[in-house]
Amino acid sequence: MDNLDQIVSEAQSAFAAISDPDALEQVKARFLGKSGQITELLKGLGKLPPEEKKTAGAAINVAKTAVEASLNERREAIRKAALNARLAEEALDVTLPGRAEARGGLHPVTRTLERIEALFRSIGFDVADGPEIEEDFFNFTAMNTPEDHPARSMHDTFYLQNPDGSIADKVLLRTHTSPIQARYMKAHVERHGQLEKMPEIRIIAPGRVYRVDSDATHSPMFNQVEGLWVGEGVSFADLKGVIADFLKSFFETDDLVVRFRPSFFPFTEPSAEIDVAFMSGALKGRWLEIAGCGMVHPDVLRIAGIDPEKYTGFAFGFGQDRLTMLRYGVNDLRLFFEGDLRFLRQFA
Amino acid sequence: MKFSESWLRTLVDTQLSSEELSHLLTMAGLEVEGLEPVAPQFNDVVVAQVLEVVKHPDADRLNVCKVDTGRGEPTTIVCGAPNVAVGLRVPCALPGAKLPGDFTIKIAKVRGIESSGMLCSAKELGIAEEASGLLILPADAPIGQSIREYLDLDDNQFELKLTPNRADCLSLTGVAREVAAIAGAQAKLIEVPEVAATIADRRAVVLDAPDACPLYFGRVLKGVNAKAPTPEWMKRRLERSAIRSISALVDVTNYVMLELGQPLHAFDNTRLEGAVHARMAKPEEKLLLLNEQTINIDADILVIADDAKPLAMAGIMGGEESGITLETSELFLESAFFAPKAIAGRARRYGFGSDASHRFERGVDFGGAKRAIERATQLIIDICGGAAGPVTEAKAEMPARNPVRLRTARACAVIGMTFSPEQIADLFNGLGLPFVREGNDFLVTPPTWRFDIEIEEDLIEEIARLHGYDNIPAPAPRGNMKMMVQPEAQRPAARVRQMLVDRGYQEVVNFAFVEEAWEADFAAKTAEADLIRLANPIASQMAVMRSTLFGGLISNLVTNLKRKQNRVRLFETGRAFERNAAATPVAGFVQSWKLSGLAYGGALPEGWGSAARKVDFFDVKGDLEALLAPAQLCFEKLVHPALHPGRAARVLLDGREIGCLGELHPEWVQKYDLPLAPVVFELDFDAVKSVQVPVCAEVSKFPPVIRDLAIVVDQSVALQTLIDGLKGQVSHLVQDIQLFDVYVGKGVPENKKSLAFRIVMQDTQRTLQDSEVDAAMQQLVSCFEQAFGAQLRA
Repeated sequence: MDNLDQIVSEAQSAFAAISDPDALEQVKARFLGKSGQITELLKGLGKLPPEEKKTAGAAINVAKTAVEASLNERREAIRKAALNARLAEEALDVTLPGRAEARGGLHPVTRTLERIEALFRSIGFDVADGPEIEEDFFNFTAMNTPEDHPARSMHDTFYLQNPDGSIADKVLLRTHTSPIQARYMKAHVERHGQLEKMPEIRIIAPGRVYRVDSDATHSPMFNQVEGLWVGEGVSFADLKGVIADFLKSFFETDDLVVRFRPSFFPFTEPSAEIDVAFMSGALKGRWLEIAGCGMVHPDVLRIAGIDPEKYTGFAFGFGQDRLTMLRYGVNDLRLFFEGDLRFLRQFA
Repeated sequence: MKFSESWLRTLVDTQLSSEELSHLLTMAGLEVEGLEPVAPQFNDVVVAQVLEVVKHPDADRLNVCKVDTGRGEPTTIVCGAPNVAVGLRVPCALPGAKLPGDFTIKIAKVRGIESSGMLCSAKELGIAEEASGLLILPADAPIGQSIREYLDLDDNQFELKLTPNRADCLSLTGVAREVAAIAGAQAKLIEVPEVAATIADRRAVVLDAPDACPLYFGRVLKGVNAKAPTPEWMKRRLERSAIRSISALVDVTNYVMLELGQPLHAFDNTRLEGAVHARMAKPEEKLLLLNEQTINIDADILVIADDAKPLAMAGIMGGEESGITLETSELFLESAFFAPKAIAGRARRYGFGSDASHRFERGVDFGGAKRAIERATQLIIDICGGAAGPVTEAKAEMPARNPVRLRTARACAVIGMTFSPEQIADLFNGLGLPFVREGNDFLVTPPTWRFDIEIEEDLIEEIARLHGYDNIPAPAPRGNMKMMVQPEAQRPAARVRQMLVDRGYQEVVNFAFVEEAWEADFAAKTAEADLIRLANPIASQMAVMRSTLFGGLISNLVTNLKRKQNRVRLFETGRAFERNAAATPVAGFVQSWKLSGLAYGGALPEGWGSAARKVDFFDVKGDLEALLAPAQLCFEKLVHPALHPGRAARVLLDGREIGCLGELHPEWVQKYDLPLAPVVFELDFDAVKSVQVPVCAEVSKFPPVIRDLAIVVDQSVALQTLIDGLKGQVSHLVQDIQLFDVYVGKGVPENKKSLAFRIVMQDTQRTLQDSEVDAAMQQLVSCFEQAFGAQLRA
């Protein structure tokens, strides 16, 4: 049946010559259509003698299958070619910038604040807040700072004017976050004072504070974070433990040394300044003063209504701005308050 | 306080190096702020005498000198100093000497004549900033001696930053005592023998205000030569203590103050009439002080007076008239104790301070007043000659030295480690704190030089300090575990801030005190009764407390526009302040937390992908709606001093006003020189943080029916008014009404607008029938028609 082989190879070369899907279907008709060559051959089977029918039929079917396979193969090839053409046409320059909205950023001092809050929350410290225009009583008296203490002088403290021009003598801009301690302790005692055992006070109190001072390392407004832990058996050793843990966690390194140096604050005793020195980096080996702290003065506890014989506690005050400067390598405090986007975006 | 290390070392025997000493002082609470050598390194400079001076044959300004350096034959040195002269003793750098600035002296020809060394000025030795010629040494300076040794240049200047409780360390004696305690060394405090009276002259002393001045020693000295030069060693010690040498008498009083801690005063005895009084000022009294200031003396000022007139502000500053001069030959010397309460704050009130007031207001060792007058007398006689009369002593009741009890167990509990009573006893002994033991308790009597030991904690601090804070353990934090409630109905501030950050806003922090003009412009506050003015602002642009955060944000915008930032999104959280008598917790002042923001420039960052469009009211409104979602905000027209009257809205949450939003008023856009109007908002931060805890409602299983509806209404009708008008008037089937189009123009009559709504209807129990839906729509339409004269749009 040379004829059949010829038809198959004819069909194969006819299909191969075509790249348009519609044209392919027309060419298909030449072989497999109603009067296509293969169909005609099948029709002609009936005229053959029965003994030939079987072998001829099988041969024709083989040829038909070959033509169909060739056809399908060609169809698939044409489909793929069309798809590839479309894909090529649809290609993008994927390196063009995305169409997203610009993202803002947190102020670096807020970044620090959030980290400090998270670290202290993890050991059970709540966050407290207090007023910035503060009563003289809470800022000074309740903090065991007597009338004639230098810290009360016009030199350090911002006072307010009454509408008639006189100086308001009962209020001021808080000079530290410590008055929040006094307010919190007072409220705590009002809430729990009647209990046999008062629940522990464990808070930090961040906020803006104000002092009459302005240069590269002093701003008339700056940020502090106060800490307070009052309970039974709270000791200076505990203070050291908490501070050391905090500093290593905040700076995410064990590669620093913390030292406590005796100092003086009216509202703590014993009192200490906290210095930290890094063992590597740009500030390597330098002692940097970053906080004041101490055991809460018994008079401060007493003023708040807490019995200092039963409860002891410690307090500390960190410069949030200072911690931020050390963490991110900022060298001028004033940058924090200038609102320069080029500076601020670095902390986004 | 500054002082010379070598002086200190004469008073305490310690082998510690300068650095060790410095560290030890710092760690004992006497912070060493400075430790500087008094002279830079140099060597081979000796005392020399000029024997002969001959003009250099080939140079006008040079001299050829023969100099005795104490090394055999005289040396030839060419010298250009104008003040070189025969007989002078001056420092001479020998060949091989290395001077400051890495300058080596060699034998060299100077204009043909060999010079074997260099005669030096103070500047060349690095011990003075300027010099006009050779450093001329006293005539008895030993020839050949090393100049470093002769001038004691291998010395350091210490600077201590003392806390106010440690006034006892405002003297060399005090520091020496402290070093002895912390280093376990031996103090070698100076012996002060009494100076016997050789004349009978004396002056009576009356303590009229015994509380303020309970102790006064006075003494007359006669025949004193006030012009005598101050000895070099004394000058040097004063200078290294940052005190300028003035005259022998003044120098002696300052020297004794530094040495013993007792401020002294010397009066010209011939200017005094009758007895010396320590009394409170009388009404209308005036005094010309040594600083040439004439003051009206307040009634609470302690003065030293004679029978006729005030002489000095006691313990603060002397009077000009009774002061000593170079002509003075007769003195009345004062060494007294003035109570800290009587001195504190007074000098500051008059705008000055003095070394004396600094010490007296913190507390001066009243046990040392007698020693000080004896010491000063001896030094005056040694230096200025003269004869001393007997010491007059006036004494009233001295400050109480009440014993303070220390319980060993309490000390251990507060410090957080164990101390034995024996350890504590050793520490107290080292400090010179006298005590009596009662079992494990100590009754400590504070010494006369300590004014900071009044309660048990003061002693606990001493124990902790002397034991060393470094040696106290630092255990890991421990405590009772207790969960902390975070109210779900309150979002953390951090979450709110983060949402704004995610919407493109950059956080800023601005000062709470602002320019007065900002309060006028952005809050219409101009009346004194509305402003909160600082009594002592550091600058006029930081003079009033802000009642709105807008000023800071606009100022930030101006700053950034100058720096070519043309798309700006800012926010700040902070307090705003307003007067209000009923406010809490501080009466008179509301201090509420605000969240304020500003948007300026492109709605989106400039880019290839989106059409450029300026940010407008509705962009920022969308930000606020997203910030507060799922709560539904309402907005209504608002007149606000900072905002464009047609583009400003009051923001309401559950019917409560929580802030405002709008375009900056064109007047301020112009005044602050802004190319475009920013959109600003200010919200009550607490309101923004509050959210509803969700309550689950049933979700319908049946499909919703959605119908669109377009109506035509007057342009002046606000959408919110329409929505509000529907309240209670529409079928319960209506779940949502969304505005999806606003159209003005062709096809809509003049002064009218077309609003297109998508109405979503649904029931939780069943599928809705067309008839029900039609009825609900009809109800809606008639409501619009009746209430707002709306017409269905064809």
